[in-house]
Amino acid sequence: MAIVEVKGVEKHFDEVKAVDGIDLLSIEGEFLVLLGPSGCGKTTLLRMVAGLEKPTAGEILIGGEVVTHLPPRARGVAMVFQSYALYPHMTIFKNIAFPLKSMGMPKDYIKKKVHWAASMFQIERFLDRKPRELSGGERQRVALARALVREPNVFLLDEPLSNLDAKLRTSAREELYRFQKEIAITTIYVTHDQIEAMGMGDRIAVIDHGKLRQIGTPDEVYFDPEDTFVAGFLGSPPMNLVEVGDKVFGFRPECFLPQEIYLGCRDEVTPFGFQVTRVENLGSDRLVYGNLGERFDHHHVIANLPTSFTQYPIETGATYKFAVPSPMIKFFDKKTGRRTKIFSF
Amino acid sequence: MRNPLARLKIIAKKLAYFGTLGVFTLFASLPFIWMLITTFKQNPDLYNTANNPYIFNMAPTLTHLRELFMQTLFLRWMLNTLLVGVLVVIITLILVIPAAYSLVRLSGRLGERLGIGIFLTYLVAPTILFIPMARVVANLGLQDSLWSLVVVFPSFTVPFGIWLLMGFFKSIPRDLEEAAMIDGNSRLGAFIRMVLPISTPGILTIVIFTFTLVVQEFIYTLTFITSAKSYTVSVGVPTFLVHGDVYNWGAMMGGCLIASLPVAILYNFFLDRFIGGLTLGAVKG
Amino acid sequence: MTTGNAPPRPVGAEKVGRISLLLDNEKLLGILMIAPAVLYVLALVGYPLVLAFMYSLSDITIGSVSYNFVGLEKFKEIISDSGFKIALKNTLLFTFVSQAIVIVLAKILALLLVKNFKGKFFLRALILMPYVAPISLGVIGWLWMLDSIYSPINWFLQHSGLFGKDFRPMWLGKPFLAMFSIITVHVWRMLPLATVIILAGLTSIPQDIQDAAQVDGAGYFRNLFLITIPMMLPIMMVAILFGIVYTASDIIIILVLTRGGPYDSTQVLVSKAFYTGIDASDLAGGAAYALFLFPLLLAVAIFMLRIARRAEVT
Repeated sequence: MAIVEVKGVEKHFDEVKAVDGIDLLSIEGEFLVLLGPSGCGKTTLLRMVAGLEKPTAGEILIGGEVVTHLPPRARGVAMVFQSYALYPHMTIFKNIAFPLKSMGMPKDYIKKKVHWAASMFQIERFLDRKPRELSGGERQRVALARALVREPNVFLLDEPLSNLDAKLRTSAREELYRFQKEIAITTIYVTHDQIEAMGMGDRIAVIDHGKLRQIGTPDEVYFDPEDTFVAGFLGSPPMNLVEVGDKVFGFRPECFLPQEIYLGCRDEVTPFGFQVTRVENLGSDRLVYGNLGERFDHHHVIANLPTSFTQYPIETGATYKFAVPSPMIKFFDKKTGRRTKIFSF
Repeated sequence: MRNPLARLKIIAKKLAYFGTLGVFTLFASLPFIWMLITTFKQNPDLYNTANNPYIFNMAPTLTHLRELFMQTLFLRWMLNTLLVGVLVVIITLILVIPAAYSLVRLSGRLGERLGIGIFLTYLVAPTILFIPMARVVANLGLQDSLWSLVVVFPSFTVPFGIWLLMGFFKSIPRDLEEAAMIDGNSRLGAFIRMVLPISTPGILTIVIFTFTLVVQEFIYTLTFITSAKSYTVSVGVPTFLVHGDVYNWGAMMGGCLIASLPVAILYNFFLDRFIGGLTLGAVKG
Repeated sequence: MTTGNAPPRPVGAEKVGRISLLLDNEKLLGILMIAPAVLYVLALVGYPLVLAFMYSLSDITIGSVSYNFVGLEKFKEIISDSGFKIALKNTLLFTFVSQAIVIVLAKILALLLVKNFKGKFFLRALILMPYVAPISLGVIGWLWMLDSIYSPINWFLQHSGLFGKDFRPMWLGKPFLAMFSIITVHVWRMLPLATVIILAGLTSIPQDIQDAAQVDGAGYFRNLFLITIPMMLPIMMVAILFGIVYTASDIIIILVLTRGGPYDSTQVLVSKAFYTGIDASDLAGGAAYALFLFPLLLAVAIFMLRIARRAEVT
């Protein structure tokens, strides 16, 4: 168990700055998610922590030791690749045993540990098979077992669930989370899927264009975004962002509801006129697309009503009185995108 | 209700298809079929121009084969070829395997360019170099010795092998090596413990093709070797023909056939890999 | 056994050892791994290449004790020799005519071989024989086939009723026929290689592109010429490149079939190099003859590779 610290790390590939100055300090034993769109630099950052890439600038520390220029095998990290990278010519047993063998451990010790790791993931019955005989989900567990068997200081995972089909992903997510809590090893997890991030992370680091936008608990990044990128990235559909002069304010679609719902609500609400252009029934949710009034330049916004609110029929073309609880409205500076103080409009 | 015209069309198409294929096959294999027949034909039958050359007019015989093995140096030549082949394969592997890996994984764009440069070397080799090489070999005191071949042959098997193995190494996912490094190996360790075991098919291909290149080689052997007992099969058989006064066709055809078959068989099984390596290396740079 | 309470593993340089860390320097490792091969190639290809140039600019013979620089004298001597023009013409003629034929035939053969049928492996093995058998040995087969007296081909033509009993073309004895024979043998030898390469290219065209063409209404030939062939250009370049190199630098077919005859009419640059340099001991002349091939090969190689790069489809 060790703390991972990243100080002012940059990585340049010719002209491109894949990672543009990131500072990060992990909490011991936490499940830290690096979240961001494709190409934002999160995988590059992970690889630098692993030792597979050398930073162009900055330092990396693991457990207090500077490891910036050390090769992977000197860092005590374990990594699960997106493709799992199982050694195709070895049996599952040998796959899991490989790290221990590379460290020169005695045979008995290796046998014991491999069985221990395999049992953690219920793959003991596969030990004699080869990777190509296993399904995607099974291979993933082998990759995890191989990572675990060395009892590393840090667990690094690079989009390990993206190769699984949707159904498997949900159960795998839960298993992974429980497993991590049980072994309590600092874990850094890279994904572009915000649902995974929100569901599994103790903290989420939102990264875009090589820069760290915000780091915080799922609640913090979701309900208290620090800039418009985070606000727009998290949430599906994303936060509605409306420009007023040189400022921007935003509110989440699920807060944007017919005003009557908020009757009797303790919080103050801000009303909006809302002209509906389209309604999408998605089963559990109803997405309502429409425009705000002239005051906001007929800005296009989305409302997200639970289908269970059956007493609020919505018709295309009609205008309704909608509202947002005032504390849920966030304010940003238009130029920098950063959060600003509350202003009235 | 079957349309008889359509049926006819299908038959005609099939006939054309297999007919054309047959012509090609005949064209390709005729000399070898020829060798097969001639090896077992009795001389009077062979040299009688009135006889149909395509059939056995007299009973087939094993005399020629006996002559081949007892009265010529054929067996000695086969042995020489085998010996040179094995040694050259070993030398080639030692030079090629690390070099190909270095070019693919460790040298970036410079490596790509160097790889192409090396391929171009293969084009240059024997034809242009055999003249000065004759002198070099003489200066080294290796003329008329099989060792001259062992020393010189890698000059074309190595560029070829590097190019072929590069294509093969490129197809190994980087993930696997990175996983091996994270699991506690250095780059070199990952290479030895992970890449090499996986590359056995590729290395086997290099072995086969290096060996066939050695068996096929003609011009260096012709230039460096002058005494009959040191010939390889590729030069021995035709030279025996050229210098000999009596053209013993039967025995010679037997020799050609026997020396061609093993190489041909091996080659066939590995050709698909070879083409894969060829096209990967050439097209993807 | 849980790991939550395990002490943190050691991290750091001491864990791995100084020397092994040195090898992690990938630049160093890369150089070490490639050095033996590069040194060897420099010694056995680079050095003789330099020597070839030096010889061609001298009057050195096999017995020479010293080196005499004579500049371009040797080249002038060679160029004015009548044999040179023939050799140069033949080299180009044999190479380009045979490869043009090969590429067309190979296309056809490859298209025929795309389908799977019983005995395909065996048939393919037969078709491949000319390329995989040692060259000199296969060509000896042709020597008999083209013999003026005993040629089975002649026998067949005589008895087929088309040509009459006295029809006995001297395939290797008359200059024109000899050239024709040599080109035929070149085609015979290179066809298998070109076919297999093109076949690999054919099978690598993604199925959905062919499906799209069919949906778009392309007939067989339109599909062939507008889609299949353009997509296979890089691979065809590889086949052509190999063909040109192997054919232009081939000496075996000439030496075995005609020895350059009749009357030196089928000499090529390489065979002249051999006869001049080794037979007649004129090393300088031999080197000069051989060097004429160098710019040709280099130009062809670079040209082909450039086209292959630009035409890269995937």
